[in-house]
Amino acid sequence: MAEVSGRDAFVEFEHVQKSYDGISLVVKDLNLTMPKGEFLTMLGPSGSGKTTCLMMLAGFETATHGEIRLAGRPINQVPPHRRGIGMVFQNYALFPHMTVGENLAFPLEVRGIGKDEREVKIRRALDMVQMGGFVSRRPAQLSGGQQQRIALARALVFDPELVLMDEPLGALDKQLREHMQFEIKALHERLGVTVVYVTHDQGEALTMSDRVAVFNDGVIQQLDRPDELYERPKNSFVAQFIGENNKLSGTIEKLEGSRALVRLSTGEVIDATPVNVRETGQKTLVSIRPERVEFKPEMMPKDAHTIEAEVRELIYMGDILRARLKVAGSEDFVMKMRNTLNQTRLQPGQRIKVGWHPADARALDPV
Amino acid sequence: MADLTAAAPLTTADGRPLKEALARAQRRAKTRAFLLVAPLLLFVIVSFVIPIAQMLHRSVYHDGFSANAPAVSAWFAANPPGTPPDEAAFAALAEDFRAMKAAKTAGEAGTRVNYTLPESRSLFTKTARDADRLAPPYRDAFLAVDPKWADPEVWQAMRSSSSAYTSDFYLSATDFRHTADGGIERVEPRQRIYVYLYIKTFVLSGVITLLCLILAFPVAHLLATLPMAKANLLMILVLLPFWTSLLVRTTSWMVLLQGQGVVNETLLSLGLITDSGRLRLINNQTGTIIVMTHVLLPFMILPLYSVMRVIPPSYVRAARSLGASSWTAFRRVYLPLTLPGIGAGALLVFILAVGYYITPALVGGADGQLFSNMIQFHMSKSNWSLAAALSAMLLAGVLLLYWLYDRLIGIDNLKLG
Ligand SMILES: Nc1ncnc2c1ncn2[C@@H]1O[C@H](COP(=O)(O)OP(=O)(O)OP(=O)(O)O)[C@@H](O)[C@H]1O
Ligand SMILES: [Mg+2]
Repeated sequence: MAEVSGRDAFVEFEHVQKSYDGISLVVKDLNLTMPKGEFLTMLGPSGSGKTTCLMMLAGFETATHGEIRLAGRPINQVPPHRRGIGMVFQNYALFPHMTVGENLAFPLEVRGIGKDEREVKIRRALDMVQMGGFVSRRPAQLSGGQQQRIALARALVFDPELVLMDEPLGALDKQLREHMQFEIKALHERLGVTVVYVTHDQGEALTMSDRVAVFNDGVIQQLDRPDELYERPKNSFVAQFIGENNKLSGTIEKLEGSRALVRLSTGEVIDATPVNVRETGQKTLVSIRPERVEFKPEMMPKDAHTIEAEVRELIYMGDILRARLKVAGSEDFVMKMRNTLNQTRLQPGQRIKVGWHPADARALDPV
Repeated sequence: MADLTAAAPLTTADGRPLKEALARAQRRAKTRAFLLVAPLLLFVIVSFVIPIAQMLHRSVYHDGFSANAPAVSAWFAANPPGTPPDEAAFAALAEDFRAMKAAKTAGEAGTRVNYTLPESRSLFTKTARDADRLAPPYRDAFLAVDPKWADPEVWQAMRSSSSAYTSDFYLSATDFRHTADGGIERVEPRQRIYVYLYIKTFVLSGVITLLCLILAFPVAHLLATLPMAKANLLMILVLLPFWTSLLVRTTSWMVLLQGQGVVNETLLSLGLITDSGRLRLINNQTGTIIVMTHVLLPFMILPLYSVMRVIPPSYVRAARSLGASSWTAFRRVYLPLTLPGIGAGALLVFILAVGYYITPALVGGADGQLFSNMIQFHMSKSNWSLAAALSAMLLAGVLLLYWLYDRLIGIDNLKLG
């Protein structure tokens, strides 16, 4: 991941803190730098401070401490309507007393743009979201997905360079949500706008973003590309929050370079990659993705340690087979297998040996 | 196959026609629903529809003269308007007077004529006292009792009283009267009170409504945006006036506003007015406006609050993020969204103000009286028919406004809470 240099930074948070009540910090020392054109997602559990960050950027909340810069200019003192930031709200916030056309004309009118130019821009924005025929409808006469598109068009119609979206797809059903994810992503690529996107759906974060900032408790736990985040989580919060994850707890037995030997609490020894452990004897939580667990000896690296497992349950999920195993005293160790033609069908009660590439087992801080 | 379904009416599984089965299934539910609302319906009819119908009836009906003076009423019916009273007319009148004297109803008949022509009642009671001495020729006999009997206006008044159904009360209520030859004309400018008061009542109600709106809007907004605990406390303050008697509230305003009252004393001690320049804040129109605005304020705050509370803050935020200054966001987004509340509150306050009479009666002095005080005055004088006619005018005015409101804004946009 390339560090963004100060020069081409477009959005910057510098030591930003926020407290609503003067007692507790909702955002603790936030540092974030975004280049122009990036699609950055803030992901995190409820109450972790994502919306607060977005509101500070939009100007509806003031930072208690620190500085926020937009295109190099500090904006702490700039009122919301002078920031030129497009925004999509979770409930869309389309003005119910205006038609779709009037909703889209609103940001153009307040900017004093003439009627002809307005019409052109509105048409272009509506075509962009394939809603050309809906100019004279009221928001109440549109479906959720259509309202969503109009909200998007309204946030883009005045050509802002930065667009903020706070859980814009939260109210849509799964299928529509996936479709809209695709469309938003396509629009982002076509227009080259910078997007800050808030969600607590990790699938959404992974599929859409250039980078994802995982929030917890007012702190960015990890800011990385989706693949890095998924494959190389930096701590156990991120490992557990993103995707499915097997956890095995133990102590570091041997630590040499990029290899660690971990003795589990039940006595077995496994291989792992040390991430944020420093010395032998330290407690650790080893995290392994279910799809990286192997049970066929030919698929494992030669010198890898294997470990006894007993199949407890087999779930047929169509594209994959999911086995719940008993491993090292834990009953919910999951292994995923591709449903290929000659895949071995395990049976409940069957005893097998499982192993993995040491790079896929990450020794993290215990929680 | 298609023909078959089209030809045969649809039936249920046991062969009954679908329509009949549906009607039967719904009948029970409908009956039950009707029985549930029946007590309310009855209550509304007894306490609302019947009294209003009766009031409207009274405004065009008064049989005080026609029932007690049937003979002369018959003569009026037989002769066209403008016919001078002949001997037969006086004979009929004498016959009626004898009957009235016996039944002691001359006052009743006189009262009715009095409504159309003031000072006629004494003529009737006086004549009734001498009824036994009336002998032919009747015309001279009547003139001997009182020369007024030769006045064509008296006869015109009796003529219009001779039919129980009459528009006289509406004429009086709109400052008109009958002329001797059966036409109508406006009363003396000095006596034209009702139309002026009617217009003034509507204008004052409009002013009060506007003041209520100006005062209530920020309060309701504050209520809607404050955190729940604080909003509840403030709400109690808003509702407090409802829990105190109207009389107590009005009296405390008297204490505040009178010449030696709190407001004047404060202004005086601040040096803003001189002792001789004390403000006249009560027992005049100003008093009526101040006190009624206060009394009616909650009726504006509550509908506004109920509308504002459900406007999500994201609308104004969206407007701001789209580039609108806070004033533009308010004017173009927030204000239009509160319109149903403004409409409901304004309509409520206006209608209440138009019909208010206690407050103006207590603090209005001479020039702060409203139309309803007139109604109350005539009711206290037992002139039910004129009171009813005035009430009907008020009702018509309010209904007209309601209709206008429906045409301009739409009654379904109304949100009362
Ligand atoms: N206006 C406010 N006043 C006081 N506290 C607030 C306010 N808004 C948010 N908070 C608190 O700040 C914390 C972070 O809230 P925030 O809305 O930023 O969370 P979030 O990450 O957006 O959560 P979600 O995913 O549920 O939307 C929460 O504990 C919340 O209770
Ligand atoms: Mg949020």
